[in-house]
This record gives sequence, structure tokens and C-alpha cells, in this order.
Amino acid sequence: MNSTAIGWAGVVSSTILVAVALGLSFSQRLHLTRSILWSVARAAVQLLLVGFALRLILDSKASVWWAWLWVAIMITFAGVTIRSRAKEVPGILLLGTVSMLSVVVVSLSVIFGFGIFPLEGRTIVPLAGMMIGNSMTACVLVGRRIVGEFSDKRDEVEARLALGLPWSDAARPYVRSALRTALIPQIESTKAVGLIFLPGAMTGLVLAGVDAVDAVTVQLAIMYLILGSVATSVTVIGLGLTRRLFTSDHRLLPVARQPH
Amino acid sequence: MVLEFDGVSLAGAGGQPRLDRVSLAVPAASVTVVAGPSGAGKSTLLRLGNGLELPSAGIVRFRGTDISQMDPLVLRRRVGMIFQKPVPFAGSVQQNLYVAASEATDAELATVLERVGLGESFLERSADELSGGECQRMCLARALLTRPEVLLMDEPTSALDPENRFAIEGLARDLTREGLGVIWVSHDLDQARRVADQIVVLIDGRNANPMEAERYLGQSGTGVEQ
Repeated sequence: MNSTAIGWAGVVSSTILVAVALGLSFSQRLHLTRSILWSVARAAVQLLLVGFALRLILDSKASVWWAWLWVAIMITFAGVTIRSRAKEVPGILLLGTVSMLSVVVVSLSVIFGFGIFPLEGRTIVPLAGMMIGNSMTACVLVGRRIVGEFSDKRDEVEARLALGLPWSDAARPYVRSALRTALIPQIESTKAVGLIFLPGAMTGLVLAGVDAVDAVTVQLAIMYLILGSVATSVTVIGLGLTRRLFTSDHRLLPVARQPH
Repeated sequence: MVLEFDGVSLAGAGGQPRLDRVSLAVPAASVTVVAGPSGAGKSTLLRLGNGLELPSAGIVRFRGTDISQMDPLVLRRRVGMIFQKPVPFAGSVQQNLYVAASEATDAELATVLERVGLGESFLERSADELSGGECQRMCLARALLTRPEVLLMDEPTSALDPENRFAIEGLARDLTREGLGVIWVSHDLDQARRVADQIVVLIDGRNANPMEAERYLGQSGTGVEQ
């Protein structure tokens, strides 16, 4: 065992805090005991399966194509997850999947093209995972927001179309507003980093014994890449979805926001 | 005829047609009022005229040309539309007018505002702060900036007080003297009689037959005598 591996004993010790959560559920009659136990067990099984699979894929002797296969599976699952969270958005499965693919292509091209990280299975999988994971939420947000805007402000969009504006011009103010809404949380979290929270990659590196400044440089590169990935993904969804909501003769198709 | 609806139908949800073989011809330099009870398909008919919806059967012609063969962006600048509820865009009156004509000069903007009874002083006003009547006039000015040949007005005074109602009616009449063809949707029969050169009655999404039209038009007006 190296200095950063906590071993099974460490994992078992960390469940003490789960006992606190269970105690709270009991004492306050929150009826969450089963949910807590299920989430704890499910997380353990999922992560262990992932850990063993990653061990095989990230083995230095394993072909890098296994890592790319893993990325393809992540993209597919991300598309399905986006769809399940934004059911009212037409064509979101395809748009979400294409958006995630764009994120991976753009971000990994920069990462490996400029030699920021070496092209290996152990870098491909976690980096792609971080880009996809962070972009997914923004994609759901921008998709739902665009549908909401076009549903709530249909009269404004149609008044613009009625003046002879092409669909792209008629939609622009509302798409712009949706893109801003989706990007602002990422910009805010980029601003707050270090002051309010220490991000995951940096925390992991520090725990693994890497020098703090070295850990910061890695984290900075990752945060900038995530910001770029989120921007790429919301742009793909924003433009793709808007195009889909208009006909080629510049009419706005029926859109309905999901009731909350 | 500047605009012509020739047997147009539009299928609705659940198989019930929203419009059923409606025909209507709009001459230039006149006001054609489309009257009828709520849900008769009056607003839907206007949306077909501006290409915001497509008929499932029949033809809409603009100056004799089937509009499905025209560039919709060109058509919509020739066939302007005023909605029942005024729709201001965010920003000033000037910014609203620029949406319709981004290259309009200050003099052109001032002229069009004078034409609708607002005046140049309104240019810097925020569109959100206008009263209902002022806002509808701004929307009319915005539509006029595209130099339309037909104006589709969907109950444009239903949300306005009598003073503004009469003023907008007067503006529509003035526009016909400049050669515009106007379709004015209304269920206010007194107003219909005041502004119309011809009245067409729709009932249940179709042209009313002469007896139905006579019976409908024989009712007293609604709400204008306040």
C-alpha cells in the first residue's frame, strides 16, 4: 500500500459519518434510512466496478483504444442522462450526445495537441469524464431555458418574425439570455475557486502528496478547460436546438415548457 | 386584390378543423373587417396571411402570387401584422423601431412616429413604460417601417380605452387613403360598422352563409359605448 491508499479499513472508518446521517433520520423521523443505506451501498458497488474496470484500462500495457471505448460509453450515457433531465426539449438525445462529442473533441484536442497532458489512457478517461460531467448540467440548463423562453415569449418571437426577421435574428435575444444563464454558474464557480472551495482534482493531488503549487497548476489548466467545454457544449445545444425549433420557412414550431 | 384567401383550411388538434374552406378577398385602399364570435378562426386566418402558419388546404395569394411560392421574409415585410396584445421588445422605442428597419434614419423614425400620433420625443422612452395605447401605436409604427402593402390587425384595440380605440381606427382609415389594404379582426360590431368597407363573418372556422351573417350582424355591438 502506498502513502495515499487508505485501504478497506479507511473506507469502513469513513462510514461513521453515515451513521450520523442515519441517526439524524431516526431521531427526526425523516424516513430516509432506506434511501441513505441504498445510496451508500449503490455508490460502493458502482465505484468498485469502475475502479476495477479502470485498473484494466489504465494499465500501462493496455491499448489506448480501451480508454477511447470508455469515453464513447461516457458520451452515450451523458446523452441519455441529459434526455432524462430535459424530457420536454425536442431532439435532446441527439443534440446532447453531439454536444458531449464536441466537448470531448475540442477539449482533448487542446489538451493533447498542446501537450498539456500526455496522451495516455490514465489521462484520457479522467479528463474526458471531467469535461463531460461539468458540461452535462449546463446542457440541461440551456435546453430547458431555451424551451422556456420560446414558450413564455412566443408572442415576442412571432412579432419579430412577422416583421420579416429570419429565424436566427428573431431568436437571438432569447438564445443569448439562455446561454448566459447556463454559463454564469460556471464563471462564478471559476471565480470562487480557492476562496470558498478547493476543487476535486487539486484536493486529490494534494492528498496524493503532490506539491501544492504543482497541484494548483494542474487544477488551473483543468478549470480553464472545463470553462471552455461548458461554453462549447451550451453553444452546440443552443444553436442546434434553436435551429430545430424553427421551420425552414421561418415559423416557430409549437413548444411547451414542462410544468414544475 | 392585394390579398386573397382561396378556400383555405387548417387542421386542428383532434381532427376538428380550425379553418374550413374560408375564402376572402382584400382590395387595396380599403378596410375589410373579419367579424365573428370567439373561436371562429379570425386570428388564425390572419396568421395564414403573414405566413406564421401554413394552410393544410387552399391557397393564399398576395397580388396574385401563391404565397407558398414566395420568400416568407419578403412576404412578411409586404404584409404587416399588429397583434391583439401590443408586443413591445426590451429597450427604447428607437430600439424597437430599429428591429423593423435597422438602417432607418432619425428623420424616418420621427416621421413614422408622427404618423401614428406619438412624436419624436418618444424615441428615447423605454418601451416597457408606454401606456397600452402608446404601445400599440409604437407597434403600428414598427410595422409601417417595413412599408407594407397590407396590414393585418388582430383586434388591435381590444385592450385600449375608447379614446385610443377611436384614434387607432382613424389611423387605419388614414392608411387606406395611402393605398394600404387593411384586414381588421373584431368582434365589436359597432366598431366593425365604423371602420369597414366590407365585413366578412366567420362562424365555427368557415364563411357564414348570408342568413347567419345577417343574424350575427343584427346583434348590438359590444362594449364600445363606454
